[in-house]
Amino acid sequence: MKNKYSIFSLIKNAFSYHENWQRAWRDPEPKKEYDAIIVGGGGHGLATAFYLAKKHDMRNIAVVEKGWIGGGNTGRNTTIIRSNYLWDASAGLYDHALKIWEGLSQELNYNVMFSQRGVMNLAHNLQDVRDLKRRTHANRLNGIDAVWLNTEEVKKFCPIINTSPDIRYPVLGGTLQKRAGTARHDAVAWGYARGADEMGVDIIQNCEVKGIKRNGDCVEGLETTKGFIKTKKVGVAAAGHSSVIANMAGIRLPLESKPLQALVSEPIKPIIDTVVMSNAVHAYISQSDKGELVIGAGTDDYVSYTQKGTHNIVEGTLKAILELYPIFSRMKMLRQWGGIVDICPDASPIISKTSIKGLYFNCGWGTGGFKATPGSGDLFAHTIANDEPHKLNKAFNLNRFVSGDLVDEHGAAAVAH
Amino acid sequence: MFIIKCPFCGERDQSEFSSGGEAHIIRPKQPTELSDDEWAEYLFMRKNIKGVQFERWNHSHGCRKWFNMVRDTSNDIIHAVYKMGEKPPIK
Repeated sequence: MKNKYSIFSLIKNAFSYHENWQRAWRDPEPKKEYDAIIVGGGGHGLATAFYLAKKHDMRNIAVVEKGWIGGGNTGRNTTIIRSNYLWDASAGLYDHALKIWEGLSQELNYNVMFSQRGVMNLAHNLQDVRDLKRRTHANRLNGIDAVWLNTEEVKKFCPIINTSPDIRYPVLGGTLQKRAGTARHDAVAWGYARGADEMGVDIIQNCEVKGIKRNGDCVEGLETTKGFIKTKKVGVAAAGHSSVIANMAGIRLPLESKPLQALVSEPIKPIIDTVVMSNAVHAYISQSDKGELVIGAGTDDYVSYTQKGTHNIVEGTLKAILELYPIFSRMKMLRQWGGIVDICPDASPIISKTSIKGLYFNCGWGTGGFKATPGSGDLFAHTIANDEPHKLNKAFNLNRFVSGDLVDEHGAAAVAH
Repeated sequence: MFIIKCPFCGERDQSEFSSGGEAHIIRPKQPTELSDDEWAEYLFMRKNIKGVQFERWNHSHGCRKWFNMVRDTSNDIIHAVYKMGEKPPIK
């Protein structure tokens, strides 16, 4: 039984100089066989394991991760959480996640620092204004909070934005979702890992999947760098590397993996207390609790697994940031990095069964998977446990690329791709 | 960030080029006879290889011509560049 984190445990541990905190999760060797194995120890994979154990009572399960947990896109994103998507299917999916976020710190007994500071999406041309107003109406019909702000209201909500009509792409207004915000990305992985571990889930790090053993159309187990592990159910939550796993199983996915970059500045005093995104000029910005400005850049247009990305993408984003926020012109950037995002042709994810029995994929989140972490885990767990999708992820099946019933969310996905 | 040797213009910065994705996907000869599965395969399914991949590129801010390239997507090292219609120099 794990110790509960509280103000009292904090005071108690202060007396021993914080040297006696219990380990948050074990470091087990893989067993010979599990009822299910999740491939990928990021937020989505760990959340899936957590809900499989908690809601579906599957305790003899494991998460295998080739590096360390939360070391991939979970630790590389810009931590933005929102649910203002256009279509009903997406609204259902992302708002399901947002509702779980609202109680997640309590559910996990782990502070994920979820902060509903609002997300504002700016409009810079007439088409933006039309699209964003349409999306506001669609959101409200789906019960998602969204309001349209004119230029003065944008300025009032975030005073450092340059709303002069003389800039290259003037601010013509914007939408605001007040329930949206940010969370601490590492804490999400650690909180889910701790919670899953407590219920008996084995989290096996430094364990790379090398092959999927099949008997006809059924999964029999995984070949890994720590040996063969038998299982009848494999849930893949491998983000940018989903196609690599799919190729092992001999199935094809409609994905392309591309580098997406982000960067942070030196820490400064609080200056921006919300998240502001601009699709048209491709700039989005927020401030972390440490005081760093967190800036999201775009994807490169070619397939690459290098976690790097090109300089001109960063340059384009910073040009837009400087035009919109001239106050940042003397800021120094501290770090820049890239993550590999798996992009679907319709900019919507896949949470689905496959043609192989016992093989499930949770992928295609592209540039915006972090916000959906709890909902994605919950729905993927449901799909794996019942061998049937939940009604909220029914539309996000792999077969939609055959039927043509796509969920086109290019407008609501923040990063143009 | 890498340098691409355009078969028509020579070495230029990657930012001058745009990627056209996976190469050698053959357009169906009889589109009317294709099943939905075959359409999905042609339109959407991609190998998305981590390793040596055959790709189409366009020198969009240069001569604007299309060509093929063999590139390792795990380290962005280019192994070969060849013109459209030519056989890949590497298997």
